[in-house]
Amino acid sequence: MIVSIASGKGGTGKTTVAVNLALSLIADGQNEGDGVGLDPASSVHPLFLDCDVEEPNAALFLRPDIQERLDVGQMIPKVDAKTCTYCGRCAEVCQYNAVAVVGQQVLIFPELCHGCGSCSLNCPTEAIHEVLHVLGTIERGWAGLVEFAQGTMNVGEAMAVPIIRQLKRQAIPDHSDGRPVILDAPPGTSCPVVETMRGTDFVLMVTEPTPFGLHDLRMAVEVARDELSLPVGVVVNRDGVGDQGVNDYCAAEDIPVLMRIPLDRRIAEAYSEGTALVEVLPEYREQFRNLYALIEELHAERRGS
Amino acid sequence: MQKDVDRETGASEMKQMVILSGKGGTGKTTVTAALAHLASQGLPVVLADADVDAANLELVLDPVKREEHDFRSGQVAVIDRETCIACGICETVCRFEAVIPGDEAYDIEDVACEGCASCYYQCPEEAIHMEEQLAGKWFRSDTRFGSLFHAHLFAGQENSGKLVTLVKQQARARGEDTEAALVLVDGPPGIGCPVISASTGMDLALHVVEPTVSGVHDLQRIMGTTDHFGVPSLVVINKADLNHARSEEIAAFCAGRDVPVVGEVPYDTIVTEAMVHGRPVTDYVDGPVAQALRGVWARVREHLFPDVQV
Repeated sequence: MIVSIASGKGGTGKTTVAVNLALSLIADGQNEGDGVGLDPASSVHPLFLDCDVEEPNAALFLRPDIQERLDVGQMIPKVDAKTCTYCGRCAEVCQYNAVAVVGQQVLIFPELCHGCGSCSLNCPTEAIHEVLHVLGTIERGWAGLVEFAQGTMNVGEAMAVPIIRQLKRQAIPDHSDGRPVILDAPPGTSCPVVETMRGTDFVLMVTEPTPFGLHDLRMAVEVARDELSLPVGVVVNRDGVGDQGVNDYCAAEDIPVLMRIPLDRRIAEAYSEGTALVEVLPEYREQFRNLYALIEELHAERRGS
Repeated sequence: MQKDVDRETGASEMKQMVILSGKGGTGKTTVTAALAHLASQGLPVVLADADVDAANLELVLDPVKREEHDFRSGQVAVIDRETCIACGICETVCRFEAVIPGDEAYDIEDVACEGCASCYYQCPEEAIHMEEQLAGKWFRSDTRFGSLFHAHLFAGQENSGKLVTLVKQQARARGEDTEAALVLVDGPPGIGCPVISASTGMDLALHVVEPTVSGVHDLQRIMGTTDHFGVPSLVVINKADLNHARSEEIAAFCAGRDVPVVGEVPYDTIVTEAMVHGRPVTDYVDGPVAQALRGVWARVREHLFPDVQV
């Protein structure tokens, strides 16, 4: 089962929930070693993907041993000056103004290009071939018994979506039914969030019970439930601060609240040091397992219906 | 720097500052709202909320909407089921997994389509056309502290960078028309396209950072981004007393890069209380947080208007 952890608003505890959920799904006392010789298909080895490629933070808590690193990006056009007739067809078909033909010159703007390949397909003299424009890296490895993968966008680049798309393609095996796959999504509600949620089985929304939390939760639910038709559930973090808005909204919209994490300075302090919550407060392990069991139930119900 | 000041009136050129953070939830909007309140007491200010995915500034400024506009941007492919012969060429050329195969006709998954029109050009039956999308709305509102330009990007839409640019341009134009001294832009989280759109052309970026490992990590990346685009930085440490060692680490990092730390704001639940009451925290109750933010504004003002005695 693939679960994406999202929120709309940033800083509500997505990474905390995602990391601790993964760590809690390992059998007690087994989180040792470097993953060598483990069977990745086994259900006791959760797979964790940090899809917040602009600001990936999960590695600060999971401290994975990275075994594989790969440059990723998107294909951008390169024009062969010998074959090009400067007819301008490439610029005409490009919907992103990423190609301009000025006299005897073709200008390419990589930061505007979406890598669709239409210019190359439409070139009448086959003068365009595509080269990789690196946007960032994908890294894979193990954090104890948690298999780990993350994407990291290079500073100064604008496009996160191609990195997320390739991270998911490379790291998620075709048949991962029995195994927990946990995706830490970026904040917001636009294209990088959609790319993360697409194709997952369940979206867990982490929110805080404040007006900002509620406002952004609504937006994120619109994306996950209304646009992508995915089942959603909520974790209320810092329960006890703010107001009743989030509770009232979840009740009115029939969105299940699957877990509540109280406002606790010990949790905030552990977070500030990069320590996982279940390491400081092991009693939460059971709660995160319950959370996963509830998600599995909701997932099974939906499949059955 | 004398050229910045109009000698006759003493008024300086309009300045623009964006409030950023890299990591979400560190207090960008809380700081922006407080600065809007404090700045507007002595200067004409225009405000823009550039976090169009999750626009929260309006929740604490009690805006009255004066204008509402459609934001049309991007397009999606539409397949005519009658003309489609299910040849599958569209699926082959689509790199965004947006084409859904069918026995008699193919279909497009709107949220996946990036509007590249590659399928439109390749379809041998001319069964595909492109449709422009209503991607969001943008607004001009009045607040007690000045005009607010804000927007709402519809769920799952692309081109948030374009909408950010639009909101920012509108705010600047308004500022110029009304001879405002300052445009304050509440930025989006991250370091990607909307952040770059929000930062370009700004005179200053104020980074709101919290003293956590994530906060420190993300500050380094966002500052790399603003440096790359030539926008000078200031830093404010929020919830500074949560972890003194990390706060010192941030201060040392900033000192090493010659970036001024313009204040430390303590952790206090009064911030959430003010938010629940829909008010900037400085306008809600006096206390350690409000005092710290007044100090931040005094320092920020010195950086924005170094030649003006206030």
